Amino acid sequence: MCSYYSYNSHPGATRARIDKRFDYLSEPSILSELLDYTDDRISIITLYIPHIHCSSCLWLLEQLNKFNPAIHYSRVDFLKKQLIVRFDNRQYTLQQLVELLYDIGYEPLISLQDVIKKQNTAEKGNLVQRIAVAGFCFGNVMLLSFPEYFGLSVYEQTFKHFFGYINILFSLPVVFYSGQGYFISAWNNLKAGVLNIDFPLALGIAVLFVRTVIENLTHTGAGFADTLCGLVFFLLVGKFVQQKTYHHISFERDYRSFFPVAVQVLDNGIEKPLPLAKLVMGQRIVIRHNEIIPADAILLKGQALIDFSFVTGESVPVNRTLGEIIYAGGRQTGEAIELEVVKPVSQSYLTQLWNNEAFTRKQDNRMKTFNETVSKYFTVVLLIIAVASLLAWLPFNYRTGIDAFTAVLIVACPCALALSTPFTMAAALGIFDRNRFYLKNTAVVEQLARVNTIVMDKTGTITNGASKRIVLGCELTDLQQQIIYTACRNSIHPLSRMISRYFGEMPALDVTEYREIAGKGIDATIAGHKVLIGSGGLIFGYFMDTTKMTRVHLMIDGVYLGYFGFDQEYREGMENIGLLATDYDLYLLSGDQDHERNELVRFFHDDAKMYFGRTPQQKLDIVKDLQRGGHKVLMMGDGLNDSGALKQSDLGIAVTDNVNNFSPGSDAILDGQSFNKLPAFLRFSKDAVKIIHLSFLISLTYNLVGLSYAVTGRLSPLVAAILMPLSTVTIISFTTLATHFAAKKRKLI
Amino acid sequence: MNIIYFLIGCSVLMALLFLGAFFWAQRSGQNDDLYTPSMRILLEDELKDDKK
Repeated sequence: MCSYYSYNSHPGATRARIDKRFDYLSEPSILSELLDYTDDRISIITLYIPHIHCSSCLWLLEQLNKFNPAIHYSRVDFLKKQLIVRFDNRQYTLQQLVELLYDIGYEPLISLQDVIKKQNTAEKGNLVQRIAVAGFCFGNVMLLSFPEYFGLSVYEQTFKHFFGYINILFSLPVVFYSGQGYFISAWNNLKAGVLNIDFPLALGIAVLFVRTVIENLTHTGAGFADTLCGLVFFLLVGKFVQQKTYHHISFERDYRSFFPVAVQVLDNGIEKPLPLAKLVMGQRIVIRHNEIIPADAILLKGQALIDFSFVTGESVPVNRTLGEIIYAGGRQTGEAIELEVVKPVSQSYLTQLWNNEAFTRKQDNRMKTFNETVSKYFTVVLLIIAVASLLAWLPFNYRTGIDAFTAVLIVACPCALALSTPFTMAAALGIFDRNRFYLKNTAVVEQLARVNTIVMDKTGTITNGASKRIVLGCELTDLQQQIIYTACRNSIHPLSRMISRYFGEMPALDVTEYREIAGKGIDATIAGHKVLIGSGGLIFGYFMDTTKMTRVHLMIDGVYLGYFGFDQEYREGMENIGLLATDYDLYLLSGDQDHERNELVRFFHDDAKMYFGRTPQQKLDIVKDLQRGGHKVLMMGDGLNDSGALKQSDLGIAVTDNVNNFSPGSDAILDGQSFNKLPAFLRFSKDAVKIIHLSFLISLTYNLVGLSYAVTGRLSPLVAAILMPLSTVTIISFTTLATHFAAKKRKLI
Repeated sequence: MNIIYFLIGCSVLMALLFLGAFFWAQRSGQNDDLYTPSMRILLEDELKDDKK
């Protein structure tokens, strides 16, 4: 099989392409935005291809130059699901490339907001280099410090000075390159009037360095070069651990990463591609099968069957009639339709949500982390102790006073404190990750522990988007079944399609008369029988849906037979969620009508806490109101219509059945399969915060031990050199083990 | 014992070389994608037909 393409570069028949879906890739203005690099000979582009999933994909995509020699080079980044292609732009165009990829089954996802591409941060690489430098210096300084600790004989004193000078040399890059970030951050925070943990750290680093230099130059001591290098090294490692990145997941998506780049516009009967940004009211657009409607528009021509799953999570396509307004975000299935744009893209029903201030507000300062709160007091107390010991010694001996002052700053440098949060959170993130719960960053764990209100969307979040249960509320003979099947088979209404799927394959009967009444049902004559299938309004002349369950009634030859009931299937573990109501305020926030109110009340307990029929904007406002009432809101949603509420809430979780698919911008992404673990996740996040508190106590104990040495002014470099790594190792092992244990207790591993 | 000056000089030089090599690897993007090469190595090279 592997040599399939080695016999001929284009075996098999190429799938004929009739649509013009990639025509927009020949527009120069669009091209310039998509290409990474271009000159008069070659172009380079990075394409995001969601279908990459196995080594065969890798093999095929890296052989692209066999299809066309104008492609010089193609390289796959498997985890990011990216393909980098360099091609000769005189012989080959991007459109041809994308069409080639489409033909071999790897359609790239091209969107306006290519977030995955932007996610390649240079920052992490920079941090790795800083760690490398610090580690390199740390190792060398340790070696050179050993002779001092083991004692040097009198005639070896020249070595001591030599080692001291080299240590100073090694400390220079550690302080001014690796540790630079701490000084900058401490300074910026001071200017902003905030005392964060970086201030005592920067102070500690500075004091260590100055004392090392002075002691070595004046030959009064060996200095603390090893403690200094170790401190910076461990701190940076802690920072590194904290920066977990998911290559294939994006938390920053909005409608732009989901909408097309361009749309086909009808201009005097001629179709041409137009970039989405230039789309104005009144223009006529053509939407083909599987294309997304980019702006609110009126249906002018064709049979519209719109799949709103991205918007609402509802997977059953909706039928729309001519002249109706179709909201942006729906995906057309079936034939091509023509629409007239009634609102610009950014002002549409759905997209106007992004104009809300919730999206422009800065994200970081939503909740103060434990670390931030504590380090403020820590810094103040530390400075008081340092100054007090200086003042206490000053009347007797100013040298001891200065020694004590600097020693306090060195020993109390909150290295262990600074490490406890990153290591606990990184371990917790790993646990969540294994359970298919992906968190944007480590701060989210603390937010998760602090919420007291849970707001849930209905469709797609607590219901399983894919399946609606269908129940037949009566007995039918074979003939009756066949008649109903035949009637429903001819209709494209979602409910009819579900009914015909329910019966499976059956021989169809003769249809002599067929009429579909929009919004009501089917009126047909099949094999001589008069059939009525539809709502209560059609059959009885009035609605009698008392159970609030969607029903399709059946009547053949004037005899009422019964009905089909349609029932939502809830996600597994919904009962567990209901139990959360004792500890959390549980709210339901749905865009749908309240058909299922009675069923849902058993989970949510309180009728007043269930909101139905809310627009995306209203969802956002309800969350805002709750927050004003002092609630810390956890919002769970799945579609674009929840985006506003997700963003406004203190913690937004997007629920999705496939993490590579589209999910709205959020703080965390939860795989639908792990939905039943939500209570365990909440409890585990509380455990993680408790672990941080405990490790803070441990590091405080070490600080107190060190301080008892420091205030006397007799801190030997050896004590500092032992205390610092020892406390670090204790904290790292404690947090890792404790997190592991907590996860086991909550049955997450 | 003066040989120690020379030895330390040598060891620091060696370590610097390694650090430099790491920097070079990092800058040239060798550590950007740590997963795909492990798959790529399993793929067979194309069989050449011109052996006959």
